[in-house]
Amino acid sequence: MSSDTCSDTHGGLLIFKPSPDLPPPLVAVGIIAWLKKNLFSSKINSLLTIAGVLFLWKTIPPLASWAIIDATWTLSPNPDTINPGTTEKTGACWAFIFVKFRVLMFGLYPEQFLWRPILAFAIFVLVCAITIFRILQTRLLIVLWFLLPFPLFFLINGGMGLETVEQSLWGGLMLSIGLAAIGIIMSIPLGILLALGRRSKMVVVKSLCIGMIESIRGVPLITILFMASVMLPIFLPQGMDINNLLRVQIGIIFFSSAYIAEVVRGGLQAIPQGQIEAASSMGLKSWMVTYLVVLPQALRHVIPSLIGRCVALFKDTSLVIIVGLLDFLGMIKASAQDPEWLGYDAEAYIFCALIYWIICFSMSQYGKSIERRNQW
Amino acid sequence: MIDNPIIEISNLNKWFGNFHVLKNIDLTVNKGEIIVICGPSGSGKSTLIRCINRIEVHQKGKIIVAGTELTGKIKNISNVRKEVGMVFQNFDLFPHLTVLENLTLAPAWILKISKKKAEEIAMKLLTRVQIQDQAFKMPGQLSGGQQQRAAIARALCMNPKIMLFDEPTSALDPEMVKEVLDVIKQLAHDGMTMICVTHEMGFARQVANRIIFMDAGEIVEENHPDEFFSNPKWDRTQKFLHQIL
Repeated sequence: MSSDTCSDTHGGLLIFKPSPDLPPPLVAVGIIAWLKKNLFSSKINSLLTIAGVLFLWKTIPPLASWAIIDATWTLSPNPDTINPGTTEKTGACWAFIFVKFRVLMFGLYPEQFLWRPILAFAIFVLVCAITIFRILQTRLLIVLWFLLPFPLFFLINGGMGLETVEQSLWGGLMLSIGLAAIGIIMSIPLGILLALGRRSKMVVVKSLCIGMIESIRGVPLITILFMASVMLPIFLPQGMDINNLLRVQIGIIFFSSAYIAEVVRGGLQAIPQGQIEAASSMGLKSWMVTYLVVLPQALRHVIPSLIGRCVALFKDTSLVIIVGLLDFLGMIKASAQDPEWLGYDAEAYIFCALIYWIICFSMSQYGKSIERRNQW
Repeated sequence: MIDNPIIEISNLNKWFGNFHVLKNIDLTVNKGEIIVICGPSGSGKSTLIRCINRIEVHQKGKIIVAGTELTGKIKNISNVRKEVGMVFQNFDLFPHLTVLENLTLAPAWILKISKKKAEEIAMKLLTRVQIQDQAFKMPGQLSGGQQQRAAIARALCMNPKIMLFDEPTSALDPEMVKEVLDVIKQLAHDGMTMICVTHEMGFARQVANRIIFMDAGEIVEENHPDEFFSNPKWDRTQKFLHQIL
């Protein structure tokens, strides 16, 4: 034992003092240590690092010059000098996106009413901001999100004084976000109910839930959309008419809720029996045990996969093109095929990818922030 | 002690599938009495006390707790459960709530006490188990001993007439066993009716009014602590004590 560990004695006993902490050696911290640990930790890793740098060296400059340096950003003021479809510059023609922007965002929505979807979008962004910055309590937030679709639908659809806009004119990113947002808002509670029902002791409830989950999961989304759009009207009694968009929306909700049910069930199974026993031993009734103790923990466990489902749902809305709805991707496709603007597929799809990426990445970042906030 | 039974169990039988866990158990516990149940693992000790608040359902026999019979189908089991507090081996605090919220949850939802009043009661109990400074932490940030004391306080929050302890110190580091046992001793001293399943024989000798030794689903011996340790009636008891002391 070193002398400083027991420099004192007390009543004949040696007194234990922990040794002081020393700073780590310099090779273990700082930039060099980081490089060594992350990029050059072994021969293979060093090779991969060099190969990666070479790859970026070869691809980034031409990409940057195409997308930014040589790109055309504005329409030429004199249309005679350039024919549409040919540009002086060799790079991308982003002017194409600007020209098509309105269609990409709102579809064929009439121009004189455009303020309505723009206002709706502004409200939507505001509510997103309220959610992200936690301005309201969770309980109020949930209520807010449930109520949100009604005024927004009214704004876009019209009625009660506002002029009605035909739903066949709706399209673009507005349609994608609308279908996805309502899909997410409705399918999470429905999915939770299905998951709870699947674990219920009541045989009828249980078999209904299992039947629904498994039959929906057994078919591709395209089939469900097709059923909703084409087959359902055949089966509905005469005179009963549900419009196409609503049928598609319901199809999406059911599809998504079946998957969410299975995600949530995974979380429910992770809750130890002891938690349920402890809660019920205090006299909590079984719905309270589920609502207060089991669900909050189960949902916390499944946030990553739940966010994954929401991202997938948003991307899946692009399938509505097969039932004749022109969502964002549909509009991109249509714009790229515009005979006056042929040859801009690359710009169209890159823009499309960028917008999808921004939205999906934001969702997963938000998911991460909930996870961090609910660590215990 | 004056006979004032608060728990009456007669001819209790329970099976897990084909396995006969509890065989013809008869036990009466008087108000204020402290009973320690010991025995080898698998002997049915935990199952017995879990039957008392009906976390396990028995198949034969009769259990009467605080005047309510727990036999057959009963509607308001939560009325009985709020009279019977239970503390588990693994604490089972709710990890997503703070310690204080763990305590106030049931009083707020079952007894319909206002939040402020419930927190007041909870703080008093946390002070009683000496972890008042941990009230706003999450259970995961507490040591095992502190968690178990919080779990005891949580059970006391419902102001129960009876406390059940299911091996409350078995999952604890040796340094923390004492702090939990001290809290239980304090409760015993205050006159709480308690049934405690434990292997802490020193504790049993100190606080128990009666010690029950179980093996293979039966009560083998029921005795006064001094007699139990110095002069057991049964060879099985003697053998058990030999193993653990």
